[in-house]
Amino acid sequence: MSEHRTAAYVRTEILPEMAPPVSEIGVIRWLRENLFSGPLNTLLTLAGAFVLYLLISESFPWFRNSVWFASSVGECRDIITARWGEGATGACWAIIRDRWNMFMFGFYPRELYWRPTLALGLLLFAAAPVLFSESRRIRMAVLGVMAVFLVLAFPALGVGTPATGLLLLALGAMLVLAWSRPWALLWLTGIYPGLAVWMLWGGSVWGPVLAMAGFVLGWAAFTATRSRGAIISVGAAVALALAWWFFAMGPVMQMLETYLPFAIEAVRSDKFGGFVLALTIGVAGIVLSLPMGVVLALARQSDMLLVKSLAVGFIEFIRGVPLISLLFVASLLLNYFLPPGTNFDIILRVIIMVTLFAAAYIAEVVRGGLAALPRGQYEAADSLGLDYWKAQRLIILPQALKISIPGIVSTFIGMFKDTTLVVFVGLLDPLKGITDSVRASFEWKGAYWEPYIFVGCIFFIFNFAMSRYSMYLERRLKRDHH
Amino acid sequence: MAIVSDPPKQSFRLSQLLYDTRYRSMTIQVVVLMLFMAMAAWLIDNTITNLAARGKDFNFSFLGIRAGYDIGQRLVAYDSDSTHARALLVGLLNTLLVAFLGCIVATVIGVFVGVLRLSKNWLVARLMTLYVEIFRNVPVLLWILIIYAVFTEAAPLPNAFREGGTASMILFDSVAITNRYTAVPDPLFSRSLGNIDIGIFLISSDLLAIIAAVVAGWYASRLVLRRATAVQFATGLRPVTWWKTLALLTLPGVLTLWALGFHLGYPSLRGFNFAGGINVSNSFMALWLALSLYTGAFIAEIVRAGVLAISHGQTEAAHALGLRPGRTMSLVILPQALRVIIPPLISQFLNLTKNSSLAIATGYLDLRGTLGGITLNQTGRELETVLLMMLIYLVLSLLISGAMNIYNASVKLKER
Repeated sequence: MSEHRTAAYVRTEILPEMAPPVSEIGVIRWLRENLFSGPLNTLLTLAGAFVLYLLISESFPWFRNSVWFASSVGECRDIITARWGEGATGACWAIIRDRWNMFMFGFYPRELYWRPTLALGLLLFAAAPVLFSESRRIRMAVLGVMAVFLVLAFPALGVGTPATGLLLLALGAMLVLAWSRPWALLWLTGIYPGLAVWMLWGGSVWGPVLAMAGFVLGWAAFTATRSRGAIISVGAAVALALAWWFFAMGPVMQMLETYLPFAIEAVRSDKFGGFVLALTIGVAGIVLSLPMGVVLALARQSDMLLVKSLAVGFIEFIRGVPLISLLFVASLLLNYFLPPGTNFDIILRVIIMVTLFAAAYIAEVVRGGLAALPRGQYEAADSLGLDYWKAQRLIILPQALKISIPGIVSTFIGMFKDTTLVVFVGLLDPLKGITDSVRASFEWKGAYWEPYIFVGCIFFIFNFAMSRYSMYLERRLKRDHH
Repeated sequence: MAIVSDPPKQSFRLSQLLYDTRYRSMTIQVVVLMLFMAMAAWLIDNTITNLAARGKDFNFSFLGIRAGYDIGQRLVAYDSDSTHARALLVGLLNTLLVAFLGCIVATVIGVFVGVLRLSKNWLVARLMTLYVEIFRNVPVLLWILIIYAVFTEAAPLPNAFREGGTASMILFDSVAITNRYTAVPDPLFSRSLGNIDIGIFLISSDLLAIIAAVVAGWYASRLVLRRATAVQFATGLRPVTWWKTLALLTLPGVLTLWALGFHLGYPSLRGFNFAGGINVSNSFMALWLALSLYTGAFIAEIVRAGVLAISHGQTEAAHALGLRPGRTMSLVILPQALRVIIPPLISQFLNLTKNSSLAIATGYLDLRGTLGGITLNQTGRELETVLLMMLIYLVLSLLISGAMNIYNASVKLKER
């Protein structure tokens, strides 16, 4: 009997799912897991919340009481007192409104503001085939925003309607190119350095054109002698370019300026300032230091003892001294090292020093990338019969540079931040140079925090964008599958 | 059958210098050497011509003449009658002081923030990310200027600390932050051993005695630990050591301090200024704080990366061996993480030392301020002073990176 016991009740259908306990879902679960999972965690949360409360309670009133329209610090304070009562403090952003042009352009002539603006806008177009070549969506978004910005900014900067229309046409054409054949924009990348220099400093068009012609001549010499081997062709290219710049360019330029004069208003370097200056130095430094750094890294890894020790000496020397002492060399000592009577532009001197400085750091980063490559890659390149330059160009550098991207970009970020140091050789950087001269005026005496916060925010935006871009680049270039 | 024979001997041709890999590297090096020497000769020739044209010469005798300027903060005896060389020394020590203290505080901040950024606590991790991103993406010069402005603009006058004034001292009435200086307690010894004169400057014997006692204690605790390990290897049981090492690490220093009669001289307001303590200039405080906070953000990232670099399998393996979490950390994770952390950490220390030359923004007289600043302006010898300054920074950097290389070699993975 016992084995034939029948159950009193057998459930025939499955119960419906019950709702999970309240502590396991939604906000409460998230809070439990992320903020209050244990005594230590709870303590940390409370401490963090306290810090956050302190930060906000100290700074919020100051931001809330902001004044945007005033003509002096005194007026700002009067407005704040009238609105928020005696003893209230607040930000006086009117200083930024009032001196916006100063922060952006320094003492650049007001009627020529469109030139640096155009140079900056075209920078993105020139960089597009290199920087955003793969994703059409990102490319079009960046370029479209820049085009709209330029078209809106031009009338505001006092450029006439015909010129703006012309710009609109040119930008439209380039946008179409960027949509359909981004590589066609490479011609802009090629001429951009000369174009930017001409836009920024003005003067005769022949200076930048003939300087760029040196590169074309070098390239022509390189291709003409290519069959003779790498050393001869590189040597010929360098020799011809140098000969052109040092001997032929001057007379040719004089001739062209006499017979075909074509110049726009020149702007002297001491008129540069603000973010125009920071970006000029920063962009030039970035563009020049990357190839130089790669060459230095290769030289440091070279089998040739002399080349290697020269590279090591240079890199260690540059990395061992503060940038500010190199800037002193640029402003004080270069007059001793160059032939008597040479006196070339201070911004150019600073760019050279900043480039050398960044190149040494990039060389170390790239060297790390080269060292990280497995030995087998070098051996595979050798066994394919590739010569040194082919192996570097096709096998080694693409991989080494890919590994080095984060380091290279953080070097660039560091360099862009370091452009503020040019204030100590008498240039008007946005952080101290411009801020000091704005504060020296009678109306804005005593406004300490607002300019610093403003300039800091702009630097933050640029640098944060650069670091995000490096992350995007890393993802895009990722080739392995784990 | 094939006839094996040597290829016909060819006489050396000039083109082999370029196309034959046996000779090519030699050719290139000779050309590079010639170019380098030509360039060096050109620079030196230019310099000599330019110096002659200005009626100057190249010598360092200016270091021996009277400096004639005062330096607010000095670690060794100095007055305006001292020589420029003495001013250089004062500046160098000021640079080293701010770099040393900055490295310590930056490391503390960096480790703290880096670990907290990895915490599972959402709020704290986000706050630390905010700190790191804000400080890393903004020029250090901005932080120096802002913190200097906080000290000079937002801090009260010394006068405000008087009875019934608006300001009050912090840290149990021992520190007063005023708009001109920060008054901190002065370490004093009632049974001082005096100073030792080593020719160039005086060294406090008290400091030496304390350092000697602490180092001896540390060394003794190492011996205790080594003995404990030997016992463990022999018997399998590890003797209890924590109270011995704790005593050896703390007692010698404390006892020496007591024997020397250590006490603090607290600053108090006398008249219009604080006296009785040390008045540290705000230029130093701002530079120190800003460099520490800025470099701390970078160190936090290095620490975070170092901890993340150790794969989780290492922790699991240690747990599988039966190690407790504390031992897992000290025996398995930390030694491996340190190998990743130390080299970039040292290079951050180097960066901090070099960035201390931004003292120019606050007027703190470091090496750049004395040798590369006032001395340069007074003597008009740009070439000598700037070169000497660069040389000193270079030697400092090479010393630090040399120490790093020795350390790297000692902790490198021993591959067999």
